[in-house]
Amino acid sequence: MKVAEEVTQNNPWDGFREGRWQKEIDVRDFILKNFTLYDGNEEFLAGPTDATKALWDKVMDLTKKERENGGVYDLDTKIVSTITSHGAGYLNKDHEKVVGVQTDEPFKRSLQPFGGIRMAVAAAESYGYKLDDEVVKTFTDYRKTHNQGVFDAYTPEIRAARKAGVVTGLPDAYGRGRIIGDYRRVALYGVDHLIAEKKKELDLIGNGTMIDDVIRDREETSEQIRALQELKQLGEAYGFDISKPATTAQEAFQWLYFGYLAAIKEQNGAAMSLGRVSTFLDIYVERDIQNGVMTEEEAQELVDHFVMKLRLVKFARTPEYNELFSGDPTWVTESLAGIAEDGRPLVTKSSYRFLHTLDNLGPAPEPNLTVLWSTKLPDNYKKYCANMSIKTSSIQYENDDLMREHYGDDYGIACCVSAMRIGKQMQFFGARANLAKALLYAINGGVDEKLKIQVAPNYAPITSEYLDYDEVMKKYDTILDWLSGLYVNALNIIHYMHDKYSYERIEMALHDREVLRTMACGIAGLSVVADSLSAIKYAKVRTIRDEDGLVVDYEIEGDFPKYGNNDDRVDDIAADLVKTFMNKIKKHHTYRNSVHTQSILTITSNVVYGKKTGNTPDGRKAGEPFAPGANPLHGRDQNGSLASLSSVAKMPYEYSLDGISNTFSIVPKALGKDEDTRKANLAGMLDGYVTKRGHHLNVNVFDRETLLDAMEHPEEYPQLTIRVSGYAVNFIKLTREQQIDVINRTFHESM
Amino acid sequence: MKGRIHSIETCGTVDGPGLRYVIFTQGCLLRCKFCHNPDTWKMGEGKEMSVQDLVKDIKDYLPFFQSTNGGVTVSGGEPLLQAEFLVELFTELKKIGVHTTIDSSAGCFSRSPRFMENLDKLLEVTDLVLLDLKHIDPVEHKELTGMSNEHIIDMAKYLDQKNVPVWVRHVLVPGGSDNDEYLQRLSDFIATLNNVEKIEVLPYHKLGVYKWENLGLSYPLEGVEPPTEDRVKNAEDILNRVKVIS
Repeated sequence: MKVAEEVTQNNPWDGFREGRWQKEIDVRDFILKNFTLYDGNEEFLAGPTDATKALWDKVMDLTKKERENGGVYDLDTKIVSTITSHGAGYLNKDHEKVVGVQTDEPFKRSLQPFGGIRMAVAAAESYGYKLDDEVVKTFTDYRKTHNQGVFDAYTPEIRAARKAGVVTGLPDAYGRGRIIGDYRRVALYGVDHLIAEKKKELDLIGNGTMIDDVIRDREETSEQIRALQELKQLGEAYGFDISKPATTAQEAFQWLYFGYLAAIKEQNGAAMSLGRVSTFLDIYVERDIQNGVMTEEEAQELVDHFVMKLRLVKFARTPEYNELFSGDPTWVTESLAGIAEDGRPLVTKSSYRFLHTLDNLGPAPEPNLTVLWSTKLPDNYKKYCANMSIKTSSIQYENDDLMREHYGDDYGIACCVSAMRIGKQMQFFGARANLAKALLYAINGGVDEKLKIQVAPNYAPITSEYLDYDEVMKKYDTILDWLSGLYVNALNIIHYMHDKYSYERIEMALHDREVLRTMACGIAGLSVVADSLSAIKYAKVRTIRDEDGLVVDYEIEGDFPKYGNNDDRVDDIAADLVKTFMNKIKKHHTYRNSVHTQSILTITSNVVYGKKTGNTPDGRKAGEPFAPGANPLHGRDQNGSLASLSSVAKMPYEYSLDGISNTFSIVPKALGKDEDTRKANLAGMLDGYVTKRGHHLNVNVFDRETLLDAMEHPEEYPQLTIRVSGYAVNFIKLTREQQIDVINRTFHESM
Repeated sequence: MKGRIHSIETCGTVDGPGLRYVIFTQGCLLRCKFCHNPDTWKMGEGKEMSVQDLVKDIKDYLPFFQSTNGGVTVSGGEPLLQAEFLVELFTELKKIGVHTTIDSSAGCFSRSPRFMENLDKLLEVTDLVLLDLKHIDPVEHKELTGMSNEHIIDMAKYLDQKNVPVWVRHVLVPGGSDNDEYLQRLSDFIATLNNVEKIEVLPYHKLGVYKWENLGLSYPLEGVEPPTEDRVKNAEDILNRVKVIS
């Protein structure tokens, strides 16, 4: 390390190829000019060092204590978390190559009341903690929060829709997240330069006339500058001066991590994603290795320690949140690999090192390792990924060939499936509308089938005994018109208030001034609606009414094509629905003129949506979970996994640019007889899926028996990781209900 | 032309190379005691599907075949009972570059001119035959499958003569086919063939027992357990003593 300092002391960019990145903030240009493609195999990788093992033992020990303590190890009840709120905290200072925790000790969850004081209180209470009275008073009497702002503006209609669950999971009672700061900028440029650039930007805002937008921009930019100044203080608390660019690999990891740490100290957003850092960091590692000041063991140790920090990210969540997003997820999503626009694979040795942490530290749900898959990735890397999926079920794959068309080659995934250009784009996360419930509203004239109250406008209900496809479609169209309007209105309120009361200043400080914002809507219940409409169209569906004439159940006479069997008759219905809803969303004005998008993604909330939705015309019973994301309903895909994948691949990404999630579980034997065949088949399956323009695939490879055993003996499976819709979880941290849902899903196992 | 199809599995990984679209045909002449698809035995049942419909569906999976060197496998039941249908299907599939495989136990092989004419046509559009040799001994074969094996051995020889690539498959049933002496004889026979690319030992399993129950049939191998890993290894060693071309 000593030598590296001497070499680069004068110029931290020594040894890097020159480019535009030196004149403008342009991390992409730096990467493309400097990264070293690696297309060899994994044999160079190094195992964990003693320090790594010691640190991980400590983490596992704390994890055990956390579990024994009911899910939370410790929780700050007094100090409101800001970038500079806490002093330094360590796992073991002597061993850590990358330092920094959210509070003053690892596993202690921070207190973040800006999103809503009631939620902070509820989260603490659910784990047996009581917040400090002063803090509660301050955020109740003196300082308004995001949650309160939202409910001040909500209309009675929105409240009713929310209560009924026709829109659900809205980020009105938790942080919206899904904003990725370009944390790489901290390492490449140092904080002083970023502050100087932001100050220049501040001067450029507006033309002197103070209208709302200009005032808000000026205030936000000033906040960003303040946050950057605090970021330097965070570095100082740990003994680092991060005002200047990083000079070594270790500094680059550390600087970048401080940027990220500042973000998670101030925001407990649902998804706090990391971006696309591995190939960037590899440039520093490669430079140190070339200079002879770093070995492969040291490089891997650095990656292991960095990833370990990402595994420690924790927030205090409310029980309602945990119900929606089960298993304590944080979505520290890191996007690996992909292909540059010039055709070079962005695969480096560090693309391997990051996945190798799954061997060195064992499987884990975080960071949410996401491989940007392309048919053009090197074969060696494809096989390595497939092998790691088979071993750990901890990786998700997203179609780089598809996303590159829209987002270029320096985008990252926020949360599960949301692509965005790093540092140039952000989103207003919008959860999702329950299209299955909306279908029931179409049939019942806007009356909720469970609450038995009028939620949608009082449209004419269907009165016939048998459902007529054309009539249902016409009424459904009207309901979707209403729903899309209400939904966008709710999101406009939420994001107005989030910007106002819980602005992500450090994350936005690591963005360009001109940011593309998307209004990320979403839909739930896709397969339920597709199958229901198919039943109505191809079989006969008889309505069963209660004493008030409300349709409460359905009887299907005859068979009908079901989504997930690669049958166009029903797959087209599903694809049309995606288009229809997107087109309706687009009709509505959005806050800050954000661009309308949508996702087909439920995370684990498919269970909650199912619970809130009555019997549906496809034969699904009230309360039963929906399929997650764009998946077929479990048990209905009967032609094998390629048929199932092909159905989902038909959903039009162009109309669902915020992502289309598919979760795929297969038993090892069904991938082939031996290890090499399994790797080749899984890699080939991914190639085939992306060629067919499928967007996202979670891959789980294990036997159902393993999960059943883990339910009974959780203590024996502390690191058992599975992929659910768009993220990975520690299986034993799921609620029992969700464990059962996962086990009941289709495991492709035909041989 | 239409075929009688029992079912389709779009993601087969154990019946030939790569990812495979597996068509299970309906109807079989053998009555193997260890059969895991007894629901495919009966003739005249199943779903009628046209070549056209199948090809249209199969086309959709080309990317998966291309990325894994996979293709289409027709299994059963006994596919050769519908040889004419297969000729038409495979001819269409070859036009779009799909690798074709037949998984047969040769139970209906005969040297009758009509059968041979169809078979010859079929072999012209077939890339690989998975040939199930259930037992080398005619008497034991009859005991295990309900039929003697002379014509099956004859077909193996015929495929050799025509130089059609073959993967020999042998289901290892404890107390049935798992016997070193018989395995050696089978091995010796395979050694006489020049077209065998691979020999696969398929350990007997009980996953299909429920189907016997559903069909109201009594399961003849009640109480027989799958072979141990050691026995599977033993069978693989014996059968692979022959020099395999590749």
